Formats: sequence, C-alpha cells, structure tokens
Amino acid sequence: MDILAVLSVAIRGALGPEAAIYALAAIGLNMHFGYTGLLNFGQVGFMLVGAYGTAISVLSFGFPLWAGVLVGMACAVVLALILGVPTLRLRGDYLAIATIAAAEVLRYVYRSSFAEPVTGGVYGLVQFAGSFYELNPFSGPLELGPLRFGDRALWLMTVAWGITLLAAVLVWLLIHSPWGRVLRAVREDEEAARSLGKNVFAYKMQALVLGGVLGALAGALLAINSQAITPDAFIPIITFYLWTIMILGGASRVLGPIIGSIVFWFLLTFLDAFLRGAMSAGWIPGGLLVPSDIGAVRFAAVGLGLMLLMMFRPAGLIGNRKELRLDVR
Amino acid sequence: MSDDTHAEIVAQREAVVEQERAHEAEPSAGARRAAQALAGVANTPGVAKPDPILVADDMARHFGGVRAVEVEHLEVQRGTITALIGPNGAGKSTFFNLITGFDRPDSGRWAFEGRDITGRPPHRIARAGMVRTFQLTKALTRLTSLENLMLGATGQRGEGMLASLLRPSWAAQEAQITSRAEELLDRFNLTHMRDEFAGTMSGGQRKLLEMARALMVQPQMILLDEPMAGVNPALTQSLLGHIEALRDEGMTIVLVEHDMDVIMSISDWVVCFAQGQVIAEGRPDDIRKDSAVIDAYLGTHRALHEEDPS
Ligand SMILES: Nc1ncnc2c1ncn2[C@@H]1O[C@H](COP(=O)(O)OP(=O)(O)OP(=O)(O)O)[C@@H](O)[C@H]1O
Ligand SMILES: [Mg+2]
Repeated sequence: MDILAVLSVAIRGALGPEAAIYALAAIGLNMHFGYTGLLNFGQVGFMLVGAYGTAISVLSFGFPLWAGVLVGMACAVVLALILGVPTLRLRGDYLAIATIAAAEVLRYVYRSSFAEPVTGGVYGLVQFAGSFYELNPFSGPLELGPLRFGDRALWLMTVAWGITLLAAVLVWLLIHSPWGRVLRAVREDEEAARSLGKNVFAYKMQALVLGGVLGALAGALLAINSQAITPDAFIPIITFYLWTIMILGGASRVLGPIIGSIVFWFLLTFLDAFLRGAMSAGWIPGGLLVPSDIGAVRFAAVGLGLMLLMMFRPAGLIGNRKELRLDVR
Repeated sequence: MSDDTHAEIVAQREAVVEQERAHEAEPSAGARRAAQALAGVANTPGVAKPDPILVADDMARHFGGVRAVEVEHLEVQRGTITALIGPNGAGKSTFFNLITGFDRPDSGRWAFEGRDITGRPPHRIARAGMVRTFQLTKALTRLTSLENLMLGATGQRGEGMLASLLRPSWAAQEAQITSRAEELLDRFNLTHMRDEFAGTMSGGQRKLLEMARALMVQPQMILLDEPMAGVNPALTQSLLGHIEALRDEGMTIVLVEHDMDVIMSISDWVVCFAQGQVIAEGRPDDIRKDSAVIDAYLGTHRALHEEDPS
C-alpha cells in the first residue's frame, strides 16, 4: 500500500470544497449553540432551503446564479422566523424539537410528487451552476508532489474557503462587540440578561437568522459544488456531522468549526483510503471486512475518536481550558 | 504577634467603633430627608405616601392552592430605603418577580414613576429604571467580572447587530463604560477578579457582582433580594454604607433582608409580609414593637407547640 497516496487523498479531503462547506455550516451552528446556547438540531434544513432556493431560482425563474444564492439565503431568514417566533420564548428544548422536525418535513416536502414540477422530486435538480464554472480563472490543475487539484476543484476551493474565512471574520467582529457580549450573556442566563434590560427574544432571533443564513450559504455552495441536488442529500445525519465538527474543533471559538472540519474530513478520507488500501493489500482477512463496510467503519472510528477527545480534551481541539474548569450548568 | 501590631489593630477597631457611633448619632442627609418625607405617614398596611415611586394595587399570585402574594395596596416612597421582611415563604421574592415582570400576577396593576407598567416584559421594566437582583444569584459564569458589569450599561450603541460591526461607532462609549465598570468593581472590592470568569467566584462575591451589575444600569429604583446573604460581616458593613450612599444620591432602594440588626440600622421604612399579605408597615422602631409582626415571626413556632400532643 502506498502510504503517500493515502495521505495525499486525506489532505485533499481536508482541504477540499466539502470541508470548507461543512466548516461554513458549522460556523452557523456555532453562532446558534456556541455563542447563544440555541439547540439547533436541524441545520441541514437551512442548507436544504439554501440549495433549493438557489437551484429553483435559476432553473424555474431564470435568475442569475448570484441572485439565486441570495434567494436561498432569504429562504433561510424565513425559515428561521418560522422556527423562532413560536419557540424562542419557550425553553431551549422546544427549538431543538422544532428544528429537527422542520428539517425532516422540508426534506419530505421537497421530494414529494406534488412538488416535483418545481423541485424535481426524488430525482432533484441538475445543471444550474454553469455560469459559476464559466467564471473559473484557473486553466490547469495544480500539482504539489503527489497532491493534485483539478482546475474546477481549485476554483470551488478558492470561493468556498474564501467565503468561509469571511464568515469567520464576520463572526469574530460580531462576537467581540457589545452585541456579542449580550449574546454570550443570553447563553449563560437569559433571566439575568432580561433583568439588565436586554431584549433576549430579539437577540436569540438575530442569532438564529444569522446562523441559518450561513447554513443556507453552505447549502448553496454544496449545490454549486455537485451541480446536482436531491432531497435525500439533506438527511439528519448531516446535522450531526456539523455538531461533531463544531465540538471537535471547539464550540464558541471562532476558528473551532474550521479546524474541526479540516480534521473531520482528514480523518474520514484517511480512514477510507487506508482501509481500502489495506484491504487490497490483503492486510485485512476477507471474512472480517468487505469493501461495502468501509463507509460504516470509518464513521465508527470517527465516533470513537470523538469519545476519546471528549474524555481528554472536552473543550475540543482549540477549546478554552479556562472555560472548561468551570462547571457550567 | 508583636505588641505594636496588636496595639495598632486595637486602635483601628476603636476607630471603627467610634465611626459607627458618630454615624448612629448623626443620620446622613438622605436619612434625614427620608425621615422628613415619611414623618406624617401612619403605620397602617397599605398607607399612602407623599411621593411614591411605585404603587401596586390588588396584586395576587397563587401557585395551585398556595397564596403566594395578595397585596391590596402598597406604595414605596421615593428616595428611601424600604425593607421587606417576613418569614420564609411569605411572598417577598414572588412580589419582586411580579413587579419586575419576571412572573405574571393572576390580577393586579402597578405603576412606576406614575406610569402604568402592568404586564410589561422584564427588559422594558428594567429600561424604565427599575432593576432587581436575584435571591439565587445569576452570575454570567463564562463572562469575566468586567464583562458582567459592562453588560449592565444601557443605551449601548454597539449592541445593535449592524452597529456592532462598526467599531469606531461604539469604541469611545465602550471605553467610558469600561471605566465606570472598573470604578464599581473597585467599590465592591472585586478589582482582583476583573478578568476572571464570574463562574470562579464565591457565593458572596457573586452577590456583590450582581449588585454592582444592577447599578451599571443606573436605575431610579433597585430591588435587592437578600444582598447580604453570604457576604462576610466586614464587607456587609461597607455594603450597607454603599446602599446608604445610593439613597443619599436619590436612588430608591427596596431590599429583602432577614437580619433584624441590618434592617433597624439602615431602613427608613419597613414592610412586613406574611402569607402573601402586607401585615404591617412603618418606621423600624414601630415595626420592632408591632404585635402582628411578632406574631408572624413567632406564629409558626407557637402553632407547632399547639399541635404537639405531649
Ligand atoms: N415557582 C413556584 N411554584 C410554586 N410555588 C412557589 C413558586 N415560587 C414561590 N412559591 C411559593 O410561594 C410562596 C412565597 O414564596 P417566596 O419565594 O416569594 O417567599 P419569600 O418570602 O421570598 O421567602 P424567603 O425568605 O425564604 O426567600 C411560598 O409558599 C412558595 O412555596
Ligand atoms: Mg425570597
């Protein structure tokens, strides 16, 4: 087995557009949970409306792609308001239930046959992002030793990582301001914030909208990345990858989701390539593992890694140890 | 310990005692003003005050079968220290919760500064100038002490989402708030905790932090729910000094307190709750002798004896 090849595959996974997209969606989730304490278990729902908002605007209404992305983000604002208005005055668990349910309901609505003329039903939508690739300034692949990125991937990586870093800067600015201070106060104790004259509901709503919009932007990028979307790409497990990424990197840290996503994708692609290599080299007895098991095994390994991390670095890879010494709640 | 330091400590103690005596002999300007204002007021429950900052009418709150609060009429005189006393479970904290909007009464109306604020949400009541602290402290654990205090400042331009991105628009105000917060930290002996998370503070320190934080709002009226509970006696003295100073500056203070010595030494007016009702109110000296108050405090005790079969 060529370990160098395995590593280069893993590095491509860690730096590829998916890692950036997941990091972006996790930054949104971090806005919700890390800074405001909102339990959003349906971030994938925001990604879904972002992706479909983009694709449908282009295909059905003939919008330019950039306008489609804006429509996708606007859809996230609407979704956040629908979710937030009835639940944000209640205890945190109501939002958790509402988000998890909404994400699934959305998926079923988008894949249903009555929506098929617009959403393409279970087959989804394809070929709506051609204009994005027409703008590609890269003309050839980039080769760094065994590492090779095609021009298409390079263009996507540039845009996706660029947007992700911009989002991180935006979050940094917001959090290191009086607005961010109120947000963190709401996370710690809503009643205390209220007693000091802060409109807690409004702040929670703003955080929900902002994090949701970042999720929708990630969804739009995901759609552009694959040029094809189906509702079943937006299953609940995506939300849980995002939670894993956020916790892995360190919740309530600006760079947490980015580090988390890079590590998550590195481990995932590394294990995948490694197991495949090991299997074809005959290191693993045939009866123990068949190639179709690899997908499950690598997630089990990531899960195990997360458990170990929680035991030894409960605040995440770049978590604040000082914060950890506090017994929160 | 050397004789020198011993003598020094004795001298210091004497100075403190002397100061206290002088203090007792000569009430502050605020205390005199309060006493004058309340001079003609009779000590009957629900009595009208000459210049009330808070007026509550027919407030009722029941929890299942428990009558937590049932206040027909209560007025709080502006610029005084009013103490709420009463046995455990008398409804003092519940009354605080009601008038600050943290709990909704079954019925009742109340007005602050002459404006009806019935049913307003807590943050709007706080902004109107009536701020409370909690009996069970609510320190914002993963914010530093300084951040806890800075949060209290009102009218912060940087608290708007879009404005927060324009640092120059709020940087000057932020610096001003920082220095005000630092002053208060100093006043409450918390300067050494400035950059520590509030979660690392002791129970007494949290009480102090919460009171300082409420003062950052610069309210006209502050409601303190057992501010001295768990604070060491030496600090209690200075805390009482601060509370009196606030009154002298014109702030209205309502505090719940169980320590009779504290109540007698600083309050201008005392309101006694029992089983949700105001059973007595008056000047501290009158309350001390009031038979209803004595009954309320000893009543449970007596009832126990009566039920005792032996
Ligand atoms: N959330 C609640 N649910 C049910 N009953 C409550 C609730 N809050 C208060 N009570 C009841 O209301 C009554 C008044 O309680 P409250 O906390 O106001 O008393 P208190 O005067 O502040 O007592 P303490 O001096 O012990 O703090 C008590 O009988 C209590 O059991
Ligand atoms: Mg109480």
